[in-house]
Amino acid sequence: MSVRVGLEIHQMLDTREKLFCSCPTSLRRDEPHFRFRRWLRLARSELGELDPAALFEYAKGRSYLYESYIDATCLVEMDEEPPHPLNAEALETALIVCMMLNCKVVDEVHVMRKIVIDGSNTTGFQRTALIGFDGYVEVEGKRVPIATVCLEEDAARKIEERGSEVVYRLDRLGIPLVEIATGPTISSPEEAGAVALKIGQLLRATGRVKRGLGTIRQDLNISVEGGARVEVKGVQELELIPKVVELEVQRQRALLEIRDELRRRGVAREQIEAKPVDVTDVFRDTGSRIAKKALAAGGVALAVKLPGFAGLLGRELQPGRRLGTEMADRARYWAEVGGIFHSDELPGYGISEGEVSEVRKLLGCGELDAFVLVFEERRKAERAVEAVVERAREALDGVPPETRAANPDGTTRFMRPMPGKARMYPETDIRPIRVTAELLERVRMLLPEPPEAKYERFVKVYGLSPELAGKVLRSYRLDLFERIVEATGAPPQLVASTLEDTLVELRREGVPVQNITDEHLFALFDLLAKGGMVKEAIPPVLKLLAEKPELSPAEAVKQLGLTPLSPEEAREAVRRILKRMEGVIRERGEAAFGPAMGAVMRELRGRVDGALLSRIVKEELARVAAGG
Amino acid sequence: MSASGYGELASRLLEGSGASVFDEVELERDDGVVLRGVLLPRPQYGDPDVLVLKLPNGYNVGVDSRRVKSIRRVGRAEPRLGSPPPQPPLEKGLPRVHFVGTGGTIASRIDYVSGAVYPHFTAEDIYSMIPELESVALVTAETLFNIFSEDMTPRHWALLAERVAKVFESEGPSGVVVAHGTDTMGYTAAALAFALRRLPGPVVLVGAQRSSDRPSSDSATNVLAAALTAVKAPFAESVVAMHAGLDDTKFYVHRGVRVRKMHTSRRDAFRSVNAVPLAKVELPSRELTVFAREYIPRSREGVVLENGFDERVALLKFYPGMDPEILDFLVDRGYHGVVIEATGLGHVGERLVPSVRRAVEEGVAVVVASQCIWGRVNLNVYRRGVELLKAGAIPVEDMLPETAFVKLSWVLARTRDLREVARLLLTNVAYEIDKRSEEWYYPPLDYFERFLAGGAQ
Repeated sequence: MSVRVGLEIHQMLDTREKLFCSCPTSLRRDEPHFRFRRWLRLARSELGELDPAALFEYAKGRSYLYESYIDATCLVEMDEEPPHPLNAEALETALIVCMMLNCKVVDEVHVMRKIVIDGSNTTGFQRTALIGFDGYVEVEGKRVPIATVCLEEDAARKIEERGSEVVYRLDRLGIPLVEIATGPTISSPEEAGAVALKIGQLLRATGRVKRGLGTIRQDLNISVEGGARVEVKGVQELELIPKVVELEVQRQRALLEIRDELRRRGVAREQIEAKPVDVTDVFRDTGSRIAKKALAAGGVALAVKLPGFAGLLGRELQPGRRLGTEMADRARYWAEVGGIFHSDELPGYGISEGEVSEVRKLLGCGELDAFVLVFEERRKAERAVEAVVERAREALDGVPPETRAANPDGTTRFMRPMPGKARMYPETDIRPIRVTAELLERVRMLLPEPPEAKYERFVKVYGLSPELAGKVLRSYRLDLFERIVEATGAPPQLVASTLEDTLVELRREGVPVQNITDEHLFALFDLLAKGGMVKEAIPPVLKLLAEKPELSPAEAVKQLGLTPLSPEEAREAVRRILKRMEGVIRERGEAAFGPAMGAVMRELRGRVDGALLSRIVKEELARVAAGG
Repeated sequence: MSASGYGELASRLLEGSGASVFDEVELERDDGVVLRGVLLPRPQYGDPDVLVLKLPNGYNVGVDSRRVKSIRRVGRAEPRLGSPPPQPPLEKGLPRVHFVGTGGTIASRIDYVSGAVYPHFTAEDIYSMIPELESVALVTAETLFNIFSEDMTPRHWALLAERVAKVFESEGPSGVVVAHGTDTMGYTAAALAFALRRLPGPVVLVGAQRSSDRPSSDSATNVLAAALTAVKAPFAESVVAMHAGLDDTKFYVHRGVRVRKMHTSRRDAFRSVNAVPLAKVELPSRELTVFAREYIPRSREGVVLENGFDERVALLKFYPGMDPEILDFLVDRGYHGVVIEATGLGHVGERLVPSVRRAVEEGVAVVVASQCIWGRVNLNVYRRGVELLKAGAIPVEDMLPETAFVKLSWVLARTRDLREVARLLLTNVAYEIDKRSEEWYYPPLDYFERFLAGGAQ
């Protein structure tokens, strides 16, 4: 069975200012300074054209609470001032990306308003512009088409939902993003991963994009032969992509099998009816805590028969996720219920055998029939039943086209129905921007070295091992690596292994390495290059910096007592130590090197360069052994 | 340049191909790129020889006509302007509110094929945009003018006042809502306050600081607040209803004679000056709270209209080094009155004093208001003030310069006798003058401190 995958990659740009105002492009962790409340609306005549998800959000009559900062958001993010002209730095970066992806570029950029009414944009639309199209990227000898490259503003960050209100934070709103969409020609999970990796590398090679979690987001369009196009949103980790594709293929296959089984059983669409039966009386004295609680709160128990579904609701589609899970997802989305029970998992959860057979009887369930149970306030319960029935009917068609969200384990959950066609109209507050030959010429000068050339240079000029060079090239710290080497003159190998190995090891040990800033690393290698510390001191210094980020590397070195010794001081210290071991040395001669080195290291580790120390120890050993 | 907005090169290319605006075209660029899309009119700005194409994915892109190798027409785009859905049945016995359009847009429809935004002003469109109105008022609507608010003139004020009076007399609505561009809304509101001397209900001016085509527009909630004011207010004055802050939940109703647009773009741009707002409206509770201790109540007797504005009135801002010839020029040109936005308590440069004297001698009313905006003029404190008084200038207490300008225009249409002009100017007609300057009229300076460390909310 073949699979077709298209990628949509959103990468935050590391510009100094936002796309349409002069606010900084960093996210905040501190408490917002102020908040304000808004509604969004559309003319009724437009509602008919809205996609069902947007309409549903809208119909909820939601209000939006926006959290802002005096020094990080301005009236533009608040939709209290018209946007400023498009950020030229961001446009340059987008053009660089276009060129790296072999795209054709538009002659004039027109910023559009794409209607988004979930509140994530204070305006009710996202500003976006098409910059390039019709490109390609070569991955493992295959040309993968790039359909479009767009430059757009990031949305506000969702903080929480409180009843009918959604809370967003405005720090992220307006940060420039490039959105790269590949054609739907990727044909395996591994290839999807490789393409994403390659595009990610190209983006980082520009040195103009943000690094770290959440700065790149991948959406996947996956369709399996005979299935449907499913959009998976928000895959943040590259490593997860092949897994997501694989599990989605597995899911769609399982759904197709379920479809075939339902057909074999002769189940027809009309038989699946949203006719719930009130079974509250069955659960008057139930042992189920959920049921008890819902009924005590004035809720009801509704059950609906799903003819021919016995055994299918419990069938696994993805690890731990069943058709019943998909129904529960839908019920949660459309009816905002806590969950549902299905007959393939009952008796269980405190619901007894007797209660199950009572419900079956009331519903008139045959051997092949399944049922779903909801304990909720009546109106919500009814809506939940409708959502479940709708999903059951879709099972007859196989795979429902929908937008799903990626879970951390690579499985996916229902997010919303497939969005309708994007509705766009021009952003009249921003003038079109001519892409002149001069601009393209200037951008061409800014093109980064291609990864292949970079790899060569790392191995030949920097002397990195092929393995380490590859690691750096794939790393999101690629740009940092080059900048540190350039700025400090520290040995490239050491910088590379610190960034790619030491930091990773420290993180595995549970050291909070996320507290180590780029500034720390620059200062550390600067100190090292100037002889203010030795390379053996790097791990303990980093560890301390992670725990006390307010320290500078120089202060950390001092606190740890790792101020380097001069060769003379080192020799003196070695002599002093060896003197204590004179007997052993005389006795064992050169074989005493091991214990001697160990004793020396215990005292001088991190204060003297290891190679130098080993030379001194050897020389001094020879001297002692010679009886000098 | 053709009607489509395209330059010569582009127009020639289009003519040659037989394609015109809103046609679906397919073109090939010199680098082999083939694009298909709807040809849109050229926006006013930018290179007129760059074609604008709307691609099937919704994006507009510019294609330099100099790079187009070939272009052919493949079809015609049909505009998809949704029509307003039929109005749902309204609750019985709803109060009536009449909407008068002057060019401010309350409702818009977007044609997503061309990207064009069309303002709409029928009752159906208003209900469609603001369904909440269905339970507030029975709406009727008309478009009186369709102009930018900066194109309003005293003649428009008079036409509007006449129309509002007529509507109250013939249709008996609970109130009239005037949709108005925000730039000069304060002037028009003051003009209506002077011309409409007695009313059965309020005239509520309303506008939007964010255009109505965007989902976040303040238009809908402002209009809802205005309609609620029209229905619920116990007062029958000319007022402005707009956002009270950043939230879409609170709205202030300002007196037309006291309100000033104090910000270029914020929703809460309108402020009462030397006064607190007359009332507030809250959403979603729809409550109206009156703040004013007194107001002009709804009258059960007929409408009294004292219409007419003198157009030969100027508003002049004094600045350091101002040449008195500017004032002389107005007098020579036969102006009937000048409001000088003077400095501080009401001062102008020494050189201007003789010109003021001469103006008054020639029968031109010279009125002094302050460019401080907040506070009251007083010509007795400093020598320059005394000189101006002696020259015959008329200080107008704590009246806004813009309101003084409108009032002078209205007064001069009734009398040219300078004594009578002074008397009428200083007679409180619509709460444009307050003899008492209360502490809470002036917004506190230290509001910013709450954003400093620790005090943030």
